[in-house]
Amino acid sequence: MNNPLNYDRCDVAIIGAGPAGLSAAITLKKKGIARVLVLDRESDAGGVPRHCGHPPFGIIEYSRVMTGLDYAKRLVSTAKSAGVDMALKASVTQLGPGGVLTIATPEGTGTLKAKQVLLATGVRETPRSARLVSGGRMLGISTTGALQSMVYLKGLVPFRKPLVVGTEIVSFSALLTCKKAGIKPVAMIEENARPTIAWPLYHATRFFGVPLLLNTRITQIIGKDRVEMVQVLDGRGNSREIPCDGVLFTGQFTPESTLVRMSHLDLDHDTGSPSIDRFGRCSDPAYFAAGNLLCPVNIALNCWRQGRRTAQWMAQEK
Amino acid sequence: MDITDHMDSAPNTDKMSGHSLIATADIAIIGGGVVGCAVARRMTLEGARIVLIEKATDILDGASKGNSAILHTGFDAPVGSLEQKCVSQGYAEYLDIHKKFNLPVLKTGALVAAWSEQEEDKFEDILKKGRDNGIQNLRLLSKTEVLNLEPNLANHVRSAIFVPGEYVIDPWSSPLAYLKQAIENGGQAIFNAEVTGGEFDGKKWLLNTRKGQVSARYVVNCAGLYGDIVDQRVLGRAEFTIKPRKGQFVVFDKTAGKLLGAVILPVPTERTKGIVLFPTIFGNIMVGPTAEEQESRNNASVDKEILISLTEQAIQKIPALAKISVTATYAGIRPATEEKQYRIIQDSHQNWITLGGIRSTGLTGALGLARHAHHLLIEQGVQFDAMEKPIIPFMPNLAEHLPRDYHTPGYGEMVCHCEMVTQREIHAAMAGSVPAGNLGGLKRRTRATMGRCQGFYCTARLAELTQGKFINSLDMGKADE
Repeated sequence: MNNPLNYDRCDVAIIGAGPAGLSAAITLKKKGIARVLVLDRESDAGGVPRHCGHPPFGIIEYSRVMTGLDYAKRLVSTAKSAGVDMALKASVTQLGPGGVLTIATPEGTGTLKAKQVLLATGVRETPRSARLVSGGRMLGISTTGALQSMVYLKGLVPFRKPLVVGTEIVSFSALLTCKKAGIKPVAMIEENARPTIAWPLYHATRFFGVPLLLNTRITQIIGKDRVEMVQVLDGRGNSREIPCDGVLFTGQFTPESTLVRMSHLDLDHDTGSPSIDRFGRCSDPAYFAAGNLLCPVNIALNCWRQGRRTAQWMAQEK
Repeated sequence: MDITDHMDSAPNTDKMSGHSLIATADIAIIGGGVVGCAVARRMTLEGARIVLIEKATDILDGASKGNSAILHTGFDAPVGSLEQKCVSQGYAEYLDIHKKFNLPVLKTGALVAAWSEQEEDKFEDILKKGRDNGIQNLRLLSKTEVLNLEPNLANHVRSAIFVPGEYVIDPWSSPLAYLKQAIENGGQAIFNAEVTGGEFDGKKWLLNTRKGQVSARYVVNCAGLYGDIVDQRVLGRAEFTIKPRKGQFVVFDKTAGKLLGAVILPVPTERTKGIVLFPTIFGNIMVGPTAEEQESRNNASVDKEILISLTEQAIQKIPALAKISVTATYAGIRPATEEKQYRIIQDSHQNWITLGGIRSTGLTGALGLARHAHHLLIEQGVQFDAMEKPIIPFMPNLAEHLPRDYHTPGYGEMVCHCEMVTQREIHAAMAGSVPAGNLGGLKRRTRATMGRCQGFYCTARLAELTQGKFINSLDMGKADE
């Protein structure tokens, strides 16, 4: 593993070792770029697919159906054999003009100067607090991301009988994770009259035996140390309490664009993503962006494709 | 009064209490909030052997976990009041000691901003009160001057009183530092030890707690939201009744940090200081608190409508906040009583002092209040020899404007990316003289999960690092294979 602080003559630094960042890195190497360094703040490369222990991943990329975990491993090994350098546990703390990155690593802090930088920091779900949900603040309130990393990376569960909020693609993924971990959701609720994705949720909730409550929203989370019940209100104005030991907030993805927000780069305030031109270039021409940071939220395949396309533009500029 | 109503469980005095003697001290302090921690420190420094008794698994479990973290000058405190005296003394002492403890201070200053003519009409009274309280450097600023100082404030601000001395501090590391100093200099703290009763034999107290009995010559009741209940249980009478007052807050993302430099205070009303807009030492912007009377002493739930209203009020004053996301929401409960002032009860026949009804100014006032308690004890005849060279704990810095742990090599790994909390910090918070007793305590000591993702990225690692360490753990056991 590389120490990014001693990495000189860096052609391209890529922030984020998920599908977008890694596919861009692989493409850049194929285009003959000499010094490509992927930085990730986690201890392992692979991004969010690492904690998706279920298929389908890799159908187009590797012509087979894989779990997210296997897909992530495969992406990382492809990148390594393509000659991509990696720096893990490397937290970029600041984006400076002209591609100067301030980085914190367990060995020390410092800067790295790259000719080009690709931002591929991905997305995260909107947590309970930012949704301004009423009630107490106790244990058992989670997002899909937190649940999946707990289940697939640590073999632990945050609850046994949660209420699931939201009906996006990721909510389907959350049901699969629950099934796999032995978690039995008490219900899945959706504020609107229809699920965000009608199929496969109708089928999935039936298959998993999880009641799907439409036109329903949380009015209160109740409990002392842990969630004990949730008060919900349906479209007819009826309020009732659902006993549960957790609340799983799924979806409402938001770009992980903190670095951009704190930097000199222009931000598109409507989406929360960096402003880019049609080549994926930011307001400072040394910076590019790709993947879910730009379009929350997309499946791994699309991030992988976009990383590849942006890398092609970047290589042409050289 | 039915004193069992709001407790976690009924105080079935004798059955639940342990009968063995678990601690003997000169002074027993009931309650590990900011006041209890400050009294523990003061009395230890004065040479007393103290034991602090807390019903929760960690300190700062009640009112002290949800305040606005402002170090007040006391410019607007009631003139000539004990509160004013304690705030003034506490302010001076904090500024005197904070560097030695490595406790941060963010020198923000405050603006008492007027948004209407009626509010401006009150300025003369506020200025006079400030002068009467010995704060000489208050300044009236015109609209232009206000906007020069805080260019992101909405244009309908009319004028303001500038209070240069109002600062922002770390509301959790400070009381922790006080208790650590007490413990590291020979004091003792006992957790999970709710006080259920006690006997005074004319010379010393024997307090019953859920953990066992504590013997002490003097007792200082700093039980905050439960101050009246403790008096009732042990003395058999309470001279005041706690009227819990909830205050909700909204925390804006750190990207808002650059939008505001000073604390924006409203022109106060009779009942409350009103909604404040202020920077935190951790780099966020916050708005709150509300003032909602309620029965429950421990239900600090938040309400969507009120959070929305707080957010809107903040945006009215700083329009650019409309583009900033909310990081966290929370509520604190203040131990108000039937009266506004601090409720200090002294029973010199029974070697008992109650420091009650300490509300918004408690964080600043605690150090002054601790000195006040010391004087009351001297009046009751105590004599100790002050320590000559007390140990001063060096606190880990959590303030955004100063170097954090991750700036020093060898931190292992970054556990919480939003708040930049390292593995080394987590381990340190779980050890030492006052280790984290629950997850809330760990968060307050490190800031883990308190950032914008609220645990999306770090919950799993944190669950692993803390597994089996706390009674209530992040996980509920193993996942099916």
